[in-house]
Amino acid sequence: MSDEKKTVLSMKNISKSFPGVKALSDAQLTLREGEIHALMGENGAGKSTLIKVLTGVEEFETGEIIMDGKSIVNGSPQEAGMNGISTVYQEVNLCPNLTVAENIFIGREPMKMGHIDWKTINREAQKILDNLKLEIDATELLENYSVAIQQMVAIARAVDTQAKVLILDEPTSSLDEGEVEKLFEVMNMLKKRGTAIVFVTHFLEQVYAVCDRITVLRNGHFVGEYKTEELPRVKLVATMMGKEFDDLADIKNKAGNGSRRNNEAVIEAKGLYHKGSIKPFDLTIHKGEVIGLSGLLGSGRSELARVIYGADKPEGGELYVNGEKLHVKAPIEAMQKGMAYCPEDRKAEGIIADLSVRENMIIALQAKRGMFKLMSKKEQEELTDKYIEMLQVKTANREVPIKTLSGGNQQKVILGRWLMTDPDFLILDEPTRGIDVGTKTEIQKLVVKLAGEGMSVMFISSEVEEMLRTVNHMGILRDGKKVGELEESELSQENVMKAIAGGDK
Amino acid sequence: MDKLKKLTTCRLFWPLVCLFLVLLFNFIKSPSFFKISVNNGVLYGYLVDIFNRSSELIILAVGMTLCVASSAGTDISVGATMALAGGVSVYLLGTGNTYNMPWILAILAGLLVSIVCGMWNGFLVAKMKIQPMVATLILFTAGRGMAQLITGGNILYIKVPNFKYLGGFLPHIPVPTPILVAIIVVVLVSLFLNRTATKLYVESVGINPKASRLFGLNSNRIIWLTYAACGLCAGIAGMIATSRISSIDANNVGNLMELDAILAVALGGNSLAGGKFSLGGSVIGAITIQALSTTLYALKVTGDQLPLYKAIVVIIIVTLQSPEFKKFMNRYKAKRAAKAAGEKVAS
Repeated sequence: MSDEKKTVLSMKNISKSFPGVKALSDAQLTLREGEIHALMGENGAGKSTLIKVLTGVEEFETGEIIMDGKSIVNGSPQEAGMNGISTVYQEVNLCPNLTVAENIFIGREPMKMGHIDWKTINREAQKILDNLKLEIDATELLENYSVAIQQMVAIARAVDTQAKVLILDEPTSSLDEGEVEKLFEVMNMLKKRGTAIVFVTHFLEQVYAVCDRITVLRNGHFVGEYKTEELPRVKLVATMMGKEFDDLADIKNKAGNGSRRNNEAVIEAKGLYHKGSIKPFDLTIHKGEVIGLSGLLGSGRSELARVIYGADKPEGGELYVNGEKLHVKAPIEAMQKGMAYCPEDRKAEGIIADLSVRENMIIALQAKRGMFKLMSKKEQEELTDKYIEMLQVKTANREVPIKTLSGGNQQKVILGRWLMTDPDFLILDEPTRGIDVGTKTEIQKLVVKLAGEGMSVMFISSEVEEMLRTVNHMGILRDGKKVGELEESELSQENVMKAIAGGDK
Repeated sequence: MDKLKKLTTCRLFWPLVCLFLVLLFNFIKSPSFFKISVNNGVLYGYLVDIFNRSSELIILAVGMTLCVASSAGTDISVGATMALAGGVSVYLLGTGNTYNMPWILAILAGLLVSIVCGMWNGFLVAKMKIQPMVATLILFTAGRGMAQLITGGNILYIKVPNFKYLGGFLPHIPVPTPILVAIIVVVLVSLFLNRTATKLYVESVGINPKASRLFGLNSNRIIWLTYAACGLCAGIAGMIATSRISSIDANNVGNLMELDAILAVALGGNSLAGGKFSLGGSVIGAITIQALSTTLYALKVTGDQLPLYKAIVVIIIVTLQSPEFKKFMNRYKAKRAAKAAGEKVAS
């Protein structure tokens, strides 16, 4: 039945490269009249690039976009708008200090005798809002409404430009449950009117709540287009992550690396939480154990680690380190208790770009010792050389700025920074992202080796295979909540995906 | 060739070249420029005068460098802080024939006020996350008002002669006291920066405060401290300026000096975007600015025209140091080298 629907837009064989990366190769997307279409894929799968190509933000190299039977090329978002393609971005980009009506008509105000026709603006705006069954006063200032309502206004503005295709790029990430419901109502209403909606989100629940079809991308490739009711959750997760699992690459030393669940606890969290990022959770990490945190992007895996480390101050619950209660207010206190933390975003939170490799490496140990106990030049150099050698950092010398190194080598420097502080508990958040395969394996081996020497490691990664290779135990997160744990014996690709997907579908 | 390249890429190379050019111009114009003589037991000469007059600016530039490095912002209230600190000290000492209180206490009180000013600025910038320019604008306007309030809107004169020691000469010492104070400040601050991890911390926070927090630095406190230090430097400069004229004129002490201090930091090759810095560069920058003023006065440029000529020279210096200009020069050199090579082949 739904197959009878008219195709509004199709993108065929789209390819696009950025320097050094093939962002899209032969990607495709087909939108039909009156359907909500989810665009899914893990980080770096090419979702945002595909959308940027569609809306004229980026140019594509090969392929074509066909709308209503005609081939079109959008040189700019404005041109895309004229072709009937509107976009609402994650961050609302409206003017909060103007009225709702002004925001809806900004840039295309109806004129009357050389003046802006305010009466018409207010009347028409109110009509559009009423049509969408939104209880919003068009003459009120936009900033007086919640983010959710502002998002609706953005949608109202987008659909009023007679959009045939509406793209919603992660519109729900800052909304609460009630607000999401409201958004879904509006989406369904537009669907009935025949608008084709592209819905980009990381929340599986929402995909199954409103979407008719799902297109999955992986590493810039088109994986498939599915009807929502024909694709169970587990399968969707598996499709998004890719199923190739290399059993032979199991680098864990099975003999020496059995369960360490019986070792003494290093970290014990009871009901720890941070509002809006991670709901209360219990977690115990034992000596010499590698614990993995798994979940889709935005599931709260990084946030859980940040709360333990004090990068985000916990707002409630208890944390015990080696049996001792710790009220961590700032990372330095966690460091003093033997924790170390490699953040996910290496560029924004890891490296100090202009400082040298040496300074970047010694700085955590220096901070731990205190401002007045400057490490001698000799000690700094010896330690730096030691870790450059141990981690095989490729750098001209220890005094070049870290920004001149490649991503993988920067990551090694950050690892060296923390190993230098001789931690008991090391948190690695996506330590292998954007790193070549060889270095990836080196880092995984290092993690297993460190655990063998008695260090406890928390390993967070989007790649399930990599985690299965390195971890002894795994925590599963979904939608900001820890929903379960997997013992070593239960660790398999299938179990992990099932756990990540959750639900009974 | 390699050595030359190393020299030209050194941070202090271009600031020094600029200073050298200004001095060279003077030497050509009047060969007596470099003459230093001893008169009445003290040193005299253009050079001594330049160094002496740039003392306050050097001290201000030291504090300003720290603020710029840690917060990528400038403290524009230093001029007003100078007046306020000077005003407090003079007020406490009184205008009678003897001091109302021990002079050391009065000076310490003035310096304390300047530190409090700096801490207030630091609080606004580090804790309240107000843009440094806006945060320090408060004291920029209010500071002089407070100084006026203390002095009752009058110019207060100190009659006790030894008040002039700080801005003039100490008995039996031929070097002007401001020069000595400036040297002491620069030496103490650089010792502190380099013998402790402070320089590393300040640079790290200036480049990436988020990352710095994650490896255990208290980014807010470090920014706060640099502003407090900047306030103290302004206080010291204020004492010298007040002592020079043995009086406090709340309207004119340190007037517009914040701009010269920022300029000194920039002329010293320091990026106003924060991060890595060189104290030496800022000191050279401060001396360059003063040398420029002295030169222009020697050329009979009147005080009211001075800013125009100064601006022209500053434009030239800043352009010479800009990365765009260096890129342009490199391309030009490469083109010439290619052309020369081509001609060689042809002949």
